[in-house]
Amino acid sequence: MQLHYLTAHQLHDMLVSKQISAEELTRAVFDRIEQVEEKIRAYVTLTQEQALELARQVDKARLAGETLPLLAGIPVAIKDNMCTKGVRTTCASKILYNYIPPYNATVMERLNEARAVMLGKTNLDEFAMGSSCENSAFFTTCNPWDTNRVPGGSSGGSAAAVAAGEAILALGSDTGGSIRQPASFCGVVGMKPTYGAVSRYGLVAYASSLDQIGPFARDVTDCAMLLNVICGHDPLDSTSAPYDVPDYTAFLSGDIKGTKIGVPREYMGEGIDPAVKEVIQKAIDVYTGLGAIVEETTLPHSEYALPAYYLIAPAEASSNLARYDGVRYGYRAGEAEDLVNMFMQTRSEGFGAEVKRRIMLGTYALSAGYYDAYYNKALKVRTLIKDDFDRALEQYDLLLGPTAPVTAFKRGEKVDDPLQMYMVDICTLAVNLAGIPAISIPAGMVDNLPVGLQLIGRPFGEGDILRAAYAFEQNTDHHRKLPE
Amino acid sequence: MISLKDVEHVALLARLSLTEDEKQVYTRQLSDILEHVRKLQDLNTDGIQPTAHVLPLQNVFREDRVGEHLPVDQVLANAPERQDNFFKVPKII
Repeated sequence: MQLHYLTAHQLHDMLVSKQISAEELTRAVFDRIEQVEEKIRAYVTLTQEQALELARQVDKARLAGETLPLLAGIPVAIKDNMCTKGVRTTCASKILYNYIPPYNATVMERLNEARAVMLGKTNLDEFAMGSSCENSAFFTTCNPWDTNRVPGGSSGGSAAAVAAGEAILALGSDTGGSIRQPASFCGVVGMKPTYGAVSRYGLVAYASSLDQIGPFARDVTDCAMLLNVICGHDPLDSTSAPYDVPDYTAFLSGDIKGTKIGVPREYMGEGIDPAVKEVIQKAIDVYTGLGAIVEETTLPHSEYALPAYYLIAPAEASSNLARYDGVRYGYRAGEAEDLVNMFMQTRSEGFGAEVKRRIMLGTYALSAGYYDAYYNKALKVRTLIKDDFDRALEQYDLLLGPTAPVTAFKRGEKVDDPLQMYMVDICTLAVNLAGIPAISIPAGMVDNLPVGLQLIGRPFGEGDILRAAYAFEQNTDHHRKLPE
Repeated sequence: MISLKDVEHVALLARLSLTEDEKQVYTRQLSDILEHVRKLQDLNTDGIQPTAHVLPLQNVFREDRVGEHLPVDQVLANAPERQDNFFKVPKII
């Protein structure tokens, strides 16, 4: 039996009934990593010794008769932009190549309380800026379905790790699609929760009004289990929302009779690969067959999401990334004669091309004379985009469409054309601007490459999304397909 | 749309020193991107409030109490250069 391809809930049952030990499970996943990592390259850092030690402690506690949390002993991969105490956290950037955080992100504290076992830190586009993992300063992660193709991004390492059996669960972060799009490309479940549902404390900031941490999993039940652990108010994050976190697994009834689902026509139109559209159309038929009411709707300002995003996110990034100055941590360029030159050399040598591009764009949009025309205009358009979703979600319980307009593309295909690369996120960006939750689940294949179905819900409506995602999963077998 | 001079000015503001090649590439790429975002100007946004943030949260305060802090050695552990209990930087004046 291949332990590395089982789900967390199956493994939990096996751990509780003592069919396997947490140490055996952790070893099995590290064996798998050893077997395939050379081809996939999902991890920047592996923490095997620490993981085995944690697993042994879980086994000891279980033998002593303690009742343990659901994720106790379950191996989890962490995107390398979340601070892990004592473990290198690089953001896949040269400027943080040697940074060892003295503290844990809140999500890490929660995983530790849940006694999950961290396997290591996964690759990403530098500072989460990118859609293919090709912007990592270290190496590119490969898509497990076709290693000539990208895993998506920016959380490509986490998505590829879960898809390849190199992790049971993983955490990613999503600023414009960075969880959902790689989940779609790699054929796994990935969810961006409502803005404020998961603490951002210890998540290295890219665009603070859009960033949100969320789960990767191989099925919807696992996704709900991991969501249960990471959601909830945190006084250390002033944008963390005070709300009562429900048990998300309680929504997995399979019954969606009467659920009203809107399909925004803008997400099924121009720019979407016809083969992807066909897969989504079949998913719509599944929902109709299950008694949901599926109708066409509209998000009229959709075409403005990309331009608004590429002003707002770089503007916030240019401010957030001002902290990398070579003084307190990270890379410092050698032998500059004065302070300003030291800053400039450090940043020029430390940041990669896409990060510099976004810092430049954001600085420009915020600079004197352009602020109103660009940044402030984008914030107003953001209001219009959010109003579109508010209106649509008054009428419908959920919105449905493709996660990405295409399947995984080949490495190198879009690296020289930033705008083409940005277009890959046209179905996901608007959701971050509106701050609402959305999931990507496996919905089918085109030419042996996975296609993701996106379900979008109301603020803090993660439960409704999971209910509908689970119903789909129970009536299809797309999530059971594995790469060779 | 955006000139080489603009790129040089913005790079200085952002504390980036760019090579001549980078300046050329960014001038072209940023012009393309700005051309694309110009589309926003088609929309009439008179009377629309800007959204900087989606949550209805404002001024989240906590009590002004001394909490736990990192020991100095841990704070300085990642410093590229230190001297005694200070971050060391090149000459400022």
